Amino acid sequence: MRVYPAVYIRGLRRYSTYRAATIAGILTNSVFGCINAAVLIALFSVRPEINGYDMGDAVTQVFVCQALIATVAVMGPPLDLGERVRTGAVGVDLLRPVSLMGWWLAEDLGRATFSLVFRGTPTFLVGTVLFDLVLPKTLGHWALVLVSCALAAVIGFALRYLYELAGFWILDTRGIWAIVGMLGPVAAGMLLPLALYPPAVSGVLRALPWASTIQIPAEILLGKESLPGGSIAGGLALQAGWALGLLLLGAWITSVATRKVVVQGG
Amino acid sequence: MTSTHTPETVIEAVGLGRDFVLSEGPLFRRRRRTVSAVRDIDLTVRSGEIVGYLGPNGAGKSSTMKMLTGILTPTTGHLRVLGVEPSRERTRLAARIGVVFGQRTTLWWDLPLRDSLELTRHMYRVPAADHARRLAELTELLELGPFLGTPVRQLSLGQRMRGDLTAALLHGPRLLVLDEPTIGLDVVSKSTIREFLLRANAEEGTTILLTTHDLGDVERLCHRVVVIDKGSMAYDGDLAGLRATVPVPRVLVVDLTAPAPALHVEGARCVRVEGPRQWLELADNPTAVIGRVAAEHEIADLTVQEPDIEGVVASLYRGAAAGEPSPSPSPSPS
Repeated sequence: MRVYPAVYIRGLRRYSTYRAATIAGILTNSVFGCINAAVLIALFSVRPEINGYDMGDAVTQVFVCQALIATVAVMGPPLDLGERVRTGAVGVDLLRPVSLMGWWLAEDLGRATFSLVFRGTPTFLVGTVLFDLVLPKTLGHWALVLVSCALAAVIGFALRYLYELAGFWILDTRGIWAIVGMLGPVAAGMLLPLALYPPAVSGVLRALPWASTIQIPAEILLGKESLPGGSIAGGLALQAGWALGLLLLGAWITSVATRKVVVQGG
Repeated sequence: MTSTHTPETVIEAVGLGRDFVLSEGPLFRRRRRTVSAVRDIDLTVRSGEIVGYLGPNGAGKSSTMKMLTGILTPTTGHLRVLGVEPSRERTRLAARIGVVFGQRTTLWWDLPLRDSLELTRHMYRVPAADHARRLAELTELLELGPFLGTPVRQLSLGQRMRGDLTAALLHGPRLLVLDEPTIGLDVVSKSTIREFLLRANAEEGTTILLTTHDLGDVERLCHRVVVIDKGSMAYDGDLAGLRATVPVPRVLVVDLTAPAPALHVEGARCVRVEGPRQWLELADNPTAVIGRVAAEHEIADLTVQEPDIEGVVASLYRGAAAGEPSPSPSPSPS
């Protein structure tokens, strides 16, 4: 099974070749982080507390979000798989003696790791320099945040993998992206922290898988009691449940797709 | 059916067929129509053969290739490749065969060729020493040395193709399936690849099944050709046999010094006129016909076109379509 680590390393190296894009990404994320933070600071200076969030929590979540945007890829980029299904190049992928989902998972986690280390971390550092962020006090807490980020990356992959698998039936997944590209960021707590919505709405959104890519990691970093079970362990359990459930669904749909569906192109 | 299975049978297909369901018509009045892409193919390929799988576009070649490699499930029939049912055990089969689709690549676009080749070692679990030895051999034979460190996106088509072939062969597969391996390549690259395939076949006994539109590939490589037309098998045998089944006449192309009406010469029939150039279908010895033409007209230039496989195959299709197996000496001056 050493093929998957090898694919992971190659995914990492592949994205490391785009250096200018990485620097541009850090700049974009930092600028958007500052704008969002300024808006929330204005809001919280009028109302110091909303549903258990104060100014520090909200600004911290803005930078967790900006640091994770590229890693979990809620707004894209799509996996190359979609284009390969559309053109039939997926035939080549299916001719490898490896699992289709395992291959793409390994590759995407390589990408996510590169993105977290070289794009997310610098963005978050910019946030800590410019604003007064709420940060974990112990190394153990930081370690749990890292686990949460890893689970978020797996969920981010699994969601995108499912969107692209739909391409086996509908051929072009741009329509799906048009919908989830809009709903995903809202449900993830990217547009606004979910705590700012009415409790009934945020309760529903929190239970959906998108929340586990941004909102839950942010609450884990903040150590919020709004997490499932009121603890970090509950938050991690929710994330792990989504990661496992979505991957199982992905594996099942893959087997249906490759048995029933036609690889395009001559 | 399985009782005829011998250890050296590489591909065994009996009554293989694949239907597709098409939806047509306007959105709310769609009708479903079933089309057979491949019908009732019987094919046995034994170890060490090189088989050319020919047919016009849309004949069912790619559908057959997809079924053989397990990425398309047959609708009917029995299929075993290396003793395995491809669509059920696709991943297991993939570990034992090598596949190259000429128009696609398995290499990683952004990374040096060396990285993709190194990855195949993990993918097929080849021991490091074996991998190094085979890679050294293939690097020398296919002259990969100068561009092993180049990102795949910067390779020329010929270089990329050689890279893809290497990736397909590094694990020493017993069966190599090639879909148009020389498409778009220049003469030198084609020749390198052909010589290499012959060598792999002779030295390692690699069984090769290839589809191609390139006559040179067929003539240089294939001991045996299988012709498929409209989903059914039209011919299975050697190349000479195929030519004999459908004799296609040679064509004499004459450039006269001035445009002239269609020539009427004994032993030849004019099939096409384009300014001073005329195409004569030869029924007689070319020298005799050339003499007769030269007696009446001044000739600027001439060539004799040998019947090519494409022409032979085309006549075979026409014969089959008309319900007469042979001979139908209609020309294909292309």
